[in-house]
Amino acid sequence: MKLVTVCGPPSSGKTSVILKTVDALSGRGRKVGVVKFDCLSTEDDLLYEKAGIPVQKGLSGPLCPDHYFVSNVEEVVGWGKKNDFDLLISESAGLCNRCSPYIKDVMAICVIDNLSGVGTPKKIGPMLKLADIVVITKGDIVSQAEREVFASRVSLVNPAAMVLNVNGLTGQGAWELSTLLDEDDRAVETLIGRKLRFSMPAALCSYCLGETRIGETYQLGNVRKIQIEER
Amino acid sequence: MLVARDLLETRIEDLLSEYPFVGSFFDSQQLDLEGAGEMTLRAFLDKANTAIDDDDAQLSPEEVAVRLSEHIEQMLSFLEDDRERIRTLTLLPGTDKSGQPEGFERIDFHAGQTVCIVGPTGSGKSRLLADIEWVAQRDTPTRRAVWLNGEAPSRQWRFSPTHKLVAQLSQNMNFVMDLSVEEFLRMHAESRVVADPEPLIARIHEEANRLAGESFDKDTPITSLSGGQSRALMIADTAILSRSPIVLIDEIENAGIDRKKALELLVSEEKIVLMATHDPVRP
Ligand SMILES: Nc1ncnc2c1ncn2[C@@H]1O[C@H](COP(=O)(O)OP(=O)(O)OP(=O)(O)O)[C@@H](O)[C@H]1O
Ligand SMILES: Nc1nc2c(ncn2[C@@H]2O[C@H](COP(=O)(O)OP(=O)(O)O)[C@@H](O)[C@H]2O)c(=O)[nH]1
Ligand SMILES: [Mg+2]
Ligand SMILES: [Mg+2]
Repeated sequence: MKLVTVCGPPSSGKTSVILKTVDALSGRGRKVGVVKFDCLSTEDDLLYEKAGIPVQKGLSGPLCPDHYFVSNVEEVVGWGKKNDFDLLISESAGLCNRCSPYIKDVMAICVIDNLSGVGTPKKIGPMLKLADIVVITKGDIVSQAEREVFASRVSLVNPAAMVLNVNGLTGQGAWELSTLLDEDDRAVETLIGRKLRFSMPAALCSYCLGETRIGETYQLGNVRKIQIEER
Repeated sequence: MLVARDLLETRIEDLLSEYPFVGSFFDSQQLDLEGAGEMTLRAFLDKANTAIDDDDAQLSPEEVAVRLSEHIEQMLSFLEDDRERIRTLTLLPGTDKSGQPEGFERIDFHAGQTVCIVGPTGSGKSRLLADIEWVAQRDTPTRRAVWLNGEAPSRQWRFSPTHKLVAQLSQNMNFVMDLSVEEFLRMHAESRVVADPEPLIARIHEEANRLAGESFDKDTPITSLSGGQSRALMIADTAILSRSPIVLIDEIENAGIDRKKALELLVSEEKIVLMATHDPVRP
């Protein structure tokens, strides 16, 4: 079984792109499953179900969604193998811009959209910087010039990536993306012992442990303070 | 071919003088070059990594150097103008929607030509344009192949963000940036690393005003242009500043611009213009 991790800011078009891509893959007889990781709630699982795609969802609730992802991805791979999928796709939103739950030697796709503005690629960080493929959506509603500037900003941040335009509504480009997933030949038996491409932020402070009071005396553990600049 | 290892031993100021465009690469990687001129890239990256206590989150100097070399290669090929000139695009037949072989031998599209694509809904207009955009090599549902300048093209047309074969214009497109016309054009020119943007900016503005019914000045925010003015600016900008040799146009009949002049401008810039339409223009 192959595994692909798809990440990107909320509403960038991940679900739309995955749905269209799976459509193309199923047309070629591939058996595909999806797992959706999110924080508080998601309705994406219903969309996948409606499209007849086997789906699991994992909500991290009060925990960091990316930490939750790493802690559960092996179980999900087990589910995928049991179901004999050719390909398992994980969808997760990059919520804090510092993380990227990409795994070494597992295909990593970052989905970002033209509407998010040309300043965004630089701000997204490792999720964009370390992706193998960058999918840019919503090109249908901005001008050619804005698309060009956006794509050039993306390639400044990640010159190594393959950059693909996909229209999440019409699916234009999704067929092409599906061929790239087919070409990838890195099968996954288990993820045990594999490594992330990037460490996750160290966050173990009193607030992680349920503290709600504000003030220095309540701040224990891994705390970092703002530098107030004198002008 | 650039070798990442050699880049690491190169001084920053030499990098900047040989490849003046790399400044924005470092900026995008959140690396501040100030005061680093004398250092080698390796020394600079080592120092940058120790300055940030979140050091697990840094790429190693070797990783950064590999990325930098990719960036330089991309930019160099981008700046090398001539190899981009697409004089002909050839479509070789595949199969139609029922799987039968298509009834043409080859179709050649030439620079400076406008071709209208007509057909009822579902007939495959969008698929044809997608085959061209993806530079199909018998690997799309239609099994068609696309050649450029008479031969099978290189794969870079598919994935490179900077070598896109096709520029697109449609009625659904709007400006979303919060910039004036002039700032907007300058930004586009900068992303293309144009050496002297001012004359281009002036020309695009002038041409856009020629296409639009009512003229606008350079200080107008692009988001407050009227529909016709926006379309006019998009067309003039695509004609003059976009590097994509092919322009796909979807239905601009009611766009509030002089359509004939718009097409003339595009073909005078040696573009191949493909237009999906219900109302073909006659020469
Ligand atoms: N030669 C072909 N072989 C196989 N499938 C095809 C072929 N041509 C088109 N199709 C498929 O037929 C469907 C309809 O085609 P397409 O969307 O390109 O139509 P269209 O002319 O753009 O329609 P509209 O006017 O509604 O936009 C698509 O799913 C497309 O992939
Ligand atoms: N116009 C346009 N809208 C899109 C495109 N891709 C996605 N959308 C819309 O953007 C919204 C968010 O998409 P979704 O796939 O749910 O994003 P996710 O949160 O990243 O999974 C939905 O309303 C989609 O219909 C696109 O290419 N063009
Ligand atoms: Mg989603
Ligand atoms: Mg269509």
